[in-house]
Amino acid sequence: MSDICIVYDRVRWEEKELSEKAIQLGHTAKLIDGKTLSVSTHDGTVSNGFGDIVLQRCVSHYRGLYITACLEFLDMKVINSYSVAEVCGNKLLTSLYLSKANVPTPKTHFAFGPETAADVAGKLGYPVVLKPIVGSWGRMVIPVRDRDVMDSMIEMREEMPNPLSKIYYIQDYVERPPRDIRTIVAGDKVVTAIYRYSAEGEWRTNIARGGKAEPCPITNELEDICIKASKAVGGGVLGVDLMEDEKQGLVVHEVNNTVEFKGASSVSTKDIAAEIINYAAKMAR
Amino acid sequence: MKVNCKECDKELSAPDDAVKGEIVTCPDCGSDFEIVSVSDKKVELKPAEKVGEDWGE
Repeated sequence: MSDICIVYDRVRWEEKELSEKAIQLGHTAKLIDGKTLSVSTHDGTVSNGFGDIVLQRCVSHYRGLYITACLEFLDMKVINSYSVAEVCGNKLLTSLYLSKANVPTPKTHFAFGPETAADVAGKLGYPVVLKPIVGSWGRMVIPVRDRDVMDSMIEMREEMPNPLSKIYYIQDYVERPPRDIRTIVAGDKVVTAIYRYSAEGEWRTNIARGGKAEPCPITNELEDICIKASKAVGGGVLGVDLMEDEKQGLVVHEVNNTVEFKGASSVSTKDIAAEIINYAAKMAR
Repeated sequence: MKVNCKECDKELSAPDDAVKGEIVTCPDCGSDFEIVSVSDKKVELKPAEKVGEDWGE
């Protein structure tokens, strides 16, 4: 039996499910609001009450990331670790880590100035996909179909106050069916896989954008790529997203750190929350 | 569990198994609220944090 702590900043379906499942499986579970935490470099008392292992479930990437840094400073085990959260929370770093580990990914290019970004896109040939390096739920992920749109996007991003908007992440447009694959990996196990179909009038497949889920078979190839991708970023509980590229085959385009699994649970025969809790309990030992 | 919206005062419901930290939305004005406490079938609300640029998976 383990004492499992779930740190949240808003309790979604997933956090309730994890908490209830932990108790059903004979563990103790505690939900702690990350917004109420404070940590001092000279006071380790916050470590009391966090149990054997912490599941970091904050919806705010930076809040989750820095709470994890503080908890690790206090020698607590956190899923996922700071280094994994840092890599997965940044699309540029994720692409670098995946590519370094020879995980198949869409061809991705980085540019560090507006003129260079326009040149890179022009040389690649339109359409290209422009993504923010930090962000989720498909926000600001734009298919850029010609030079005019690229110039407008660059102008807009140069006006944004966030310095990260001036780092350009440009990806080849992948010709694929109107779906992608979301897998949930816990440690060295692919727990489940689903197809996510784009909603009507939407090209992105995110469930948060109204995408619909269907079960997807876990083939040996899919399993191998997902485990490789998970290891490439440091491992843990991760959502590995793939596309079926008509030219390259399966390519990993994203690895999610605080994976949402309500949509996957609605069609999967696997008990995703139970698998995550089992992994957490194993890591707590 | 019924509670009045802090924005428009219309009645909104929280699920019976609601827990602290969960978000409820007023069906009338669309405002989001975070459940601060649940006791004796009563819920207390505060305005929910706005969705941030870094929110998501």
